[in-house]
Amino acid sequence: MTTTWTDPFATEERRALRALTREFVERDVRPHLDQWERDGELPRTLHAQAAAAGLLGVGFPEEVGGSGGDFLDSVVVTEELLQAGGSGGVLAGLFTHGIALPHIVAAGDPDQAERFVRPVLEGRAIAALAVTEPDGGSDVASLRTRAVRAGDDFVVDGTKTYITSGARADWVTVAVRTGGPGFGGLSLLVVPTDTPGFTVVRRLEKMGWHCSDTAELAFTGCRVPAANLVGPLDGGFVQLAQQFVVERLSIAVQAYATAQRCLDLALEWARVRETFGRPLATRQVIRHQLVEMHRLVDVSRTYTRQAALRHAAGEEVVAEAALAKNTAVAAAEQVVYQAVQLFGGQGYLRDAEVERHYRDVRILAIGGGATEIMTELAARRLGL
Amino acid sequence: MNIVVCVKQVPDSWAEKKLNPSDSTLDRDSVDAVMNELDEYAVEEALVLQEAHGGEVTILTMGPEKAGETIRKALSMGADKGVHVVDAGLHGSDAVATSAVLAKALGTLEWDLVIFGIESTDARMSVVPAMVAERLGSPQLSFATKVDVADSTVTIQRQTEYGFDTVEAKTPAVVSVVEKINEPRYPSFKGIMAAKKKPVTTLTLADLGLGADEVGLAGSWSAVDEFAARPPRQAGSVVKDEGDGGVKIAEYLAGQKFI
Repeated sequence: MTTTWTDPFATEERRALRALTREFVERDVRPHLDQWERDGELPRTLHAQAAAAGLLGVGFPEEVGGSGGDFLDSVVVTEELLQAGGSGGVLAGLFTHGIALPHIVAAGDPDQAERFVRPVLEGRAIAALAVTEPDGGSDVASLRTRAVRAGDDFVVDGTKTYITSGARADWVTVAVRTGGPGFGGLSLLVVPTDTPGFTVVRRLEKMGWHCSDTAELAFTGCRVPAANLVGPLDGGFVQLAQQFVVERLSIAVQAYATAQRCLDLALEWARVRETFGRPLATRQVIRHQLVEMHRLVDVSRTYTRQAALRHAAGEEVVAEAALAKNTAVAAAEQVVYQAVQLFGGQGYLRDAEVERHYRDVRILAIGGGATEIMTELAARRLGL
Repeated sequence: MNIVVCVKQVPDSWAEKKLNPSDSTLDRDSVDAVMNELDEYAVEEALVLQEAHGGEVTILTMGPEKAGETIRKALSMGADKGVHVVDAGLHGSDAVATSAVLAKALGTLEWDLVIFGIESTDARMSVVPAMVAERLGSPQLSFATKVDVADSTVTIQRQTEYGFDTVEAKTPAVVSVVEKINEPRYPSFKGIMAAKKKPVTTLTLADLGLGADEVGLAGSWSAVDEFAARPPRQAGSVVKDEGDGGVKIAEYLAGQKFI
């Protein structure tokens, strides 16, 4: 008996979406990326260009200004954005709304969707998500930024840090304490950045992701209309937690796609670079190195995509998402290391693409739930 | 106003192309296929004109099954429908045979304007638009950097060494556009999803009333007798300027018959 295998990531539409993403990267990203890395941020025009291609709205429903499609379409965009020569920094800075907007969309308030979602998906505004605080990290339950009800408003006081796109954002979805201590007292509140009392304390300089601005934000008596409360009061933790699986899978995709890009670059280099009269790729030690890189990428991709497919089909994949993240990130760390090694002195130069990926990848084991947290989470899910 | 845009699927412009040793035609399997980049400007111009004047934009291509991808791309950019001439007998058609097929296919459609990109990036002949216009008996307005339509008059600008020629004709007319004319839009994700539902008609040579001897390798006026791979690049020679650099450059250029 024979069966035909249709790759769900290579349907006619997804191949067209991949081609579109590649065209966007080649036309509007790659020629400018080195400059943006030096500028420390992405230009707003890039958001408009990505919106024109409908890329910002992939995975968001059309009713809120999105392009339609599902999580698997977002996976295709993420993969190709990196594999066509984009970067983790571009992904972080251009698609910050991927973490800033889902809670607003899920809450289903049409007024909030019009004010906060549509302008971002149309490339006219930038949204950010602010959860982490200077004296906390993955420990969301102990957040201290407070929002106190005052008539029709909330008054927000506190500090947030490591906020991606925080220096450019027009509004920030902020995790605030509206109730008592612990998980139960948190809410999500949209704070426009022109609110009096909102300040960008400083831009944070980082090891990688240079074209993605990261900021520390302060809220000092910020008055925000109660209509900006996202979802139910004191329901913030659940809202945040519901996005964790997608966030972790997305980071896993970013990791193996970055690794694939570095493998592609290393392969090309190994074929053209001659040492002692022969191309590098003819040396057994190099060939085996390349096969090992391929193995790491392919296994990570296969495992992560499988978890993504199951998630898209509505299955619970909390442990798988955590393990996909750890697997793909560890693979990416090895592959970028080997890519730089293969490029030799060339790979150590600033502006060598593999050098940038080498730095960019390091955050992936830290952000979106650190490797240690992922392992502990998986341990609990597996009943260990 | 109804517009037909003729597009061609070509091997990726930047890829190294190969010929099949058996029949000296392009080896389409060895490289990725894309829409001829210059045709994207033609599609964009048609969509811009449609936005101003209404009507339908139809995409016409001839080529193997896979060339349907190029129609889909134009439909995702916003065109309304496609016509795909697909027939094993088309294999190996040169510019003359291609123009015969396109002219016949255009005869089955209603249009005011036919728009072409100025050439394909694989064959680089730049003659198909003129040949099609001749076969149709339509005026041709070639190398347009600007297209305007008012009532039934189409006016183009063509850049020359001295400035611009302004050329006008009555519709129906055939126009070819150069890459300076516009910035092609992206085929948006919504457009990709919508393109699935847009109609694409396929036509065979029999549908067009063309015989096998009029097209393909048999019906082509040009033939490839032989070809050879480009020789590997030689190391260049370095001339050290010891006060006579100018003379040496002149000698080199004269040796190459440049001067």
